[in-house]
Amino acid sequence: MIALRAITRSRLVWISLLIVAIAATLPLYVSAYILGLLTLAYYFGVFAMAWDLLFGFAGEVNFGPTFLIGLGAYTAGILNSRYGLSIPVCVVAGAAAAVAGGVLLALPALRLRGPYFGLITLVAVLLLQNMIVIFASVTGGEIGMTVTDVLSIDETENYEYALLFMALSGAILFGLSRSPIGLILQASGQDPIEAAALGFNVAKHKLAAFCVSALFSGLAGALLIFYLGTASVGTVVDISVGVQVIIAAVLGGRRTILGGAIGAVFLIVAGEVLRPLGELSTFVVSAVALAVILFFPAGLLGMLMRGREMR
Amino acid sequence: MLGLQILIDGFAISALYALGATGFTLIFGVSGVLNLSHGAIMVAAAVAAWALAGNPLFGTYLGALLGVGVGVVVAFATYFIVVRPIQRSRAIAEVEKEIFILTGTLLWGIMIQEAIAYLYTSNPKTVRPLVDGVIGIAGVRTPINELVTAAICWSVIGLLWLLVNRTRAGKVLLAASINPRGVTLLGFELSSVYLLVWAIYGVLAGIAGVLLAMFLGVSSDGIGPLTASAFSIVVLGGLGSVSGSLAAAYVVGYIETITAYMISPAYRTIPVLLLLVLVVYLRPQGLLGRR
Repeated sequence: MIALRAITRSRLVWISLLIVAIAATLPLYVSAYILGLLTLAYYFGVFAMAWDLLFGFAGEVNFGPTFLIGLGAYTAGILNSRYGLSIPVCVVAGAAAAVAGGVLLALPALRLRGPYFGLITLVAVLLLQNMIVIFASVTGGEIGMTVTDVLSIDETENYEYALLFMALSGAILFGLSRSPIGLILQASGQDPIEAAALGFNVAKHKLAAFCVSALFSGLAGALLIFYLGTASVGTVVDISVGVQVIIAAVLGGRRTILGGAIGAVFLIVAGEVLRPLGELSTFVVSAVALAVILFFPAGLLGMLMRGREMR
Repeated sequence: MLGLQILIDGFAISALYALGATGFTLIFGVSGVLNLSHGAIMVAAAVAAWALAGNPLFGTYLGALLGVGVGVVVAFATYFIVVRPIQRSRAIAEVEKEIFILTGTLLWGIMIQEAIAYLYTSNPKTVRPLVDGVIGIAGVRTPINELVTAAICWSVIGLLWLLVNRTRAGKVLLAASINPRGVTLLGFELSSVYLLVWAIYGVLAGIAGVLLAMFLGVSSDGIGPLTASAFSIVVLGGLGSVSGSLAAAYVVGYIETITAYMISPAYRTIPVLLLLVLVVYLRPQGLLGRR
């Protein structure tokens, strides 16, 4: 109840709702091209928010967000293209597969700290990537595969789906992070021994964080391929995709959840604006992200909030 | 015949891995920094050597030497632009510095990668070997350069051992890796120790990069996998343990070579990844780790 009241009183929540409401009217006056760009950014926003729950709150350095995303995307894709199951069934199955992957990742995380766990997540992505290439007859290998169904062929509809999905995911993840569970996660991320001494079950909470993060990563991954119509290593599994997710979350502000969405939109729009620079665009985006980390370690949202409203 | 081939190729590859991973583990051991721009520094040195060696003014030898110099410069840039500001920042909580250094060096590595791709394209580049020619070892045709590579790697590692164990500066370095506060209390400036270790790191990464470019060739797209393999070797051997890294480099080098020859080059990295997962689960401190 206290958490609920804190949320309704938080100015951040009202501002976010306002922004989502404005964003929902965008199809009335912007081109389909911009809508497509933002649709992609919204799915990325969910990736980044789900990652922030693990990294910002549970304190787990997960270099492999794409392990969870890729599991969800490929499970859904294979079920759809080979067995012809309907989109909702595929998305649910994809999310379930990602949660299973999350549990698999959580097991070492409960035993290992910092860099060791980071490496395991990296290895998980590399193994998944290798498996996809080896079982190319099922997965399409390096070329990728085409799914039979798509969410919609209308840009506006796709856009609204993505916005709705991001807003709902953001609301759930944000609510969770501001709830007592979020506090316990934060405590166990910073000092697991002390958190356990206070009587909290650290293992249970971390496991829950992994499952929730995996659930949203998997959902977003599965929905993304039904938006794009294809699944490929380059779009949902490759380490460079994971790096983008990490940059988005850190840029937007760690431990803010909503910052992830801001970071993702910024990253994708900036990448597009800088496209005339050609190969240098990634350089500039990385340089900006590095500058933010060095000079404003709290991230874009953290910078705006600074102190007030955060509690 | 095949066995001997694997033995020779594996030895050279492993020596190169060992040299590449040594710098990475040294930095971690002394200053607690996991430098995710490692691969980028190696490739920067290699591409510089490639560009300079192509210029008749410099030639192969001077080009290679200057390439190593570029490695040192980039290593220092990494330290001064990314690592030190984070270490000294007041806005970042002490417990979070590790995470910030990981993210910061990752971004820095991407910047170097993109800069190389922009200036010199991402095509693979091969530097002319220091020594041409092929010799037969019990019937296996082996490029002499492969042997020279292994010899240089081991000489450099040997020199590093002498530096650390037999010189005053090296002993301070060793002491700083064991207990930084103790070293400070004895009147040594920790920041100059860090400068020394980054200089050594730059030389090691530079030499490894240039040799790699002569042996297998490098490309800016290979930066990620290079960092990942150094990271895996170092964790496999035990973070911060140089002898562990050397042993792990041989384990990884030989497993990869055997897989490539006996099964298929496409599966080259998989057994190592599985081994890594197994070791991290069962023995998180690595083969020869301290903790």
